[in-house]
Amino acid sequence: MKSLRKYLDKKKPLFKPGGKLAKFGSTFGAIETFLFTPNHTSKSGTHIHDAIDLKRTMTVVILAMVPALLFGSWNIGYQNGLAFGIERGLLENFMFGFLKILPIMIVSYGVGLGIEFIAAQIRGHEVNEGYLVTGILIPLILPINIPLWMVALAVAFAVIFGKEIFGGTGYNIMNVALIARAFLFFAYPSQMSGDAVWVYELPSKVPVDGFSGATPLAQLAQEAGSKLHSFYDMFMGFIPGSIGETSTLAVLIGAAILIFTGIGSWKIMLSTVLGALAIGFLCNILAVNEYMALPPYFHLVMGGFAFGTVFMATDPVTAAHTEKGKWIYGFMIGALAVLIRVFNPAYPEGMMLAILLMNVWSPLIDYFVVEGHIKRRLKKAKLKAND
Amino acid sequence: MSKVINLKRGLNIRLKGEAGKVLETSFEAVRLALKPTDFPGLSPKILVKAGQKVKAGEPLFFDKKNPEILFTSPASGEVLAINRGERRKVLEIVIQTDGINNSVEFTKADPQKLTRTEIKEQLKKSGLWSFLKQRPYGTVAKPESTPLHIFISGFDSAPLAPDYEFILNGQVSSFQTGINALAKLTDGKIHVGISPNQANGFFSGIKNIVITQFSGPHPTGNVGIQIHHVSPISKGDLIWTISPQEVIYIGRLFETGKIDLTKIIALVGSEVKFPKYYRVTHGANLSGLLKDATKKEVTERFISGNVLTGSHIEYDDYLGFFDQQITVIPEGDYSEFLGWAMPRLNKYSISRSYFSWLTPKKEYKADANLNGEERAYVVTGQYDKVLPMDILPVFLVKAIIAEDIDKMEQLGIYDVIEEDMALCEYVCTSKTEVQSILRNGINLMIKELGN
Repeated sequence: MKSLRKYLDKKKPLFKPGGKLAKFGSTFGAIETFLFTPNHTSKSGTHIHDAIDLKRTMTVVILAMVPALLFGSWNIGYQNGLAFGIERGLLENFMFGFLKILPIMIVSYGVGLGIEFIAAQIRGHEVNEGYLVTGILIPLILPINIPLWMVALAVAFAVIFGKEIFGGTGYNIMNVALIARAFLFFAYPSQMSGDAVWVYELPSKVPVDGFSGATPLAQLAQEAGSKLHSFYDMFMGFIPGSIGETSTLAVLIGAAILIFTGIGSWKIMLSTVLGALAIGFLCNILAVNEYMALPPYFHLVMGGFAFGTVFMATDPVTAAHTEKGKWIYGFMIGALAVLIRVFNPAYPEGMMLAILLMNVWSPLIDYFVVEGHIKRRLKKAKLKAND
Repeated sequence: MSKVINLKRGLNIRLKGEAGKVLETSFEAVRLALKPTDFPGLSPKILVKAGQKVKAGEPLFFDKKNPEILFTSPASGEVLAINRGERRKVLEIVIQTDGINNSVEFTKADPQKLTRTEIKEQLKKSGLWSFLKQRPYGTVAKPESTPLHIFISGFDSAPLAPDYEFILNGQVSSFQTGINALAKLTDGKIHVGISPNQANGFFSGIKNIVITQFSGPHPTGNVGIQIHHVSPISKGDLIWTISPQEVIYIGRLFETGKIDLTKIIALVGSEVKFPKYYRVTHGANLSGLLKDATKKEVTERFISGNVLTGSHIEYDDYLGFFDQQITVIPEGDYSEFLGWAMPRLNKYSISRSYFSWLTPKKEYKADANLNGEERAYVVTGQYDKVLPMDILPVFLVKAIIAEDIDKMEQLGIYDVIEEDMALCEYVCTSKTEVQSILRNGINLMIKELGN
């Protein structure tokens, strides 16, 4: 490692302002700080700093998504096998799926990081770590049959218009990965919904008799609830759906990692679940159709609810920033997601729209929480003055 | 029975190198210095020249904005140099001591028999006034004002801080005299905050004070936190603060009529061979003390004060005006291969993404490495966990950056100074310089609304 360090130190002056390759300064900095933690020491204020930084934080989030990625890979193979009556082993299923996901991930990271590096260079900033997480989130929330050029287009749109024009990581208003998904959902609905997009090779080849590639949400929206998968299948994730979203179990392992390390907000996760259960329960009581009559806890294991709750609603930049606000924000996401699912059959997946809507609202929630805080402080001061 | 306040939020950073209960009294500094830079916003007018002989208590400079407040020589001797930095800013006034400690004669009297004006005059003339700080803002107290209360923190909860019970030991009578003098300056009370294990300690024998007991992790020992929970500062309120060893300076002045600014400091940190206590004079040059005291295994960083709020000094530098400890830690100017992904068992973190939660008793060797690069805010809710105040810290910091005076006022800028939010800076994932932002905010408040 010493020789690598020496090599970097030798090349460094080239990338400094005034150096020959100064226009690649940010790129060099990103690679250098990726390989070696910087030797910067404290110049003002506290002399010591906690060992945590953004790279470590993002690493933990990626680690938390690995179970969903692994299960998703397996499920691609498994669903494909089901559809065409092919028998494969555990590892075969996994490899089958993983090789299908890999190109999507490469395109996502390639395009996204490319834009990040260019944007950082234009601004003269360091490259931020934000896209490391977004880059893997995006493949996990797309159907497996998505054409790669669409992935590239959506990533470019989301990174440029969802993040960079606001100033980069930490300044965006809406979750970047969800912007990519929403872009595709509205621009290319036929590739993003329906019964054929979730299972590899389904549109081109004829499946075995009786196989339906419909997701549980679609089944309910089509009032085909009688064919609905069992709760167990949906919890484990043996169902068609976006690549990483199907297994609630895998997502829960990620949730445990995020909550235990303190990196994901348990308040948002819990309140989102509570919001969904509350509205789900209300619908259940007032049920006039099959969808409304669905037991409320079914919402938690269907579609992208679990995945969105754990990995997208908790995005600290776009969520509410106040602790009280997080409760309101999460509850509203859960409630809206179920409302959209049940009452708007045109959008079978309510979670994406619910989170995006609450992303927009979260500054408003924070505004009221902060105003409330200020009023309470003033009242306390007045009470003291009257003593 | 004193009132008990339990605070939950905060953080005790467990560092190696706590001082053993041993007092070294043989150290004698041949040079002393006062550093006007220890007072934010002070513009000094120098009253002495190099080569001039001075007595202890003789004025060296005053603040141009508050000419009444004199800063006097801590010992007798000769002015060695007036060192200036960029744009002729005065950095330090250095005194070569003569070892006799010949003091200017001040009134020797029981402060209880003196009037408020007489006490104020004595404190201003002797230079001891400069130890009184006011809240809001943490600047030197204005002589013409009268504070609502005076607050003294009876313990220091910062990492590796000296044990006050040890450094105050045997000085009850000087402390009591100092308290009696201070009591004349306010119409309110003198509040002293103590930790639970001091219930029968030094302060239990002191009259004329109101004791409140605070339990909880750092920053409970910060006087600002204690004020916030006993008598929170609203707009227009004025509170004064002073630390116990400085009360003893005042006590000695009235007891003897002389200036005697010796205090006990702790030399601590992972790079110190034998961390222990030393008796030194205010503003002492530290080279003699530090010469053989450190391990010299790695590049060392010397800090006058603690690792959270202290100032970075050189080996041949002087003790800061308000500081009671010298901390020596590794500089940490190394880079680590793929450090962000390594287990890093030797690093301490409040987050469980490291493994320090597995070893709740282990003491760590912290260095001055930033452990990352500065970023925009991404993670939320971190600051709230280490600030035991009814304040939304991130929103206050943002109001300061936006220079929104109304919001700064509403969100509590009167309640905090840098030391109170130092832990926020420590835990920040984005490595935001919270303390320097806060000082800018306070400077803006002073500029716009007056001190």
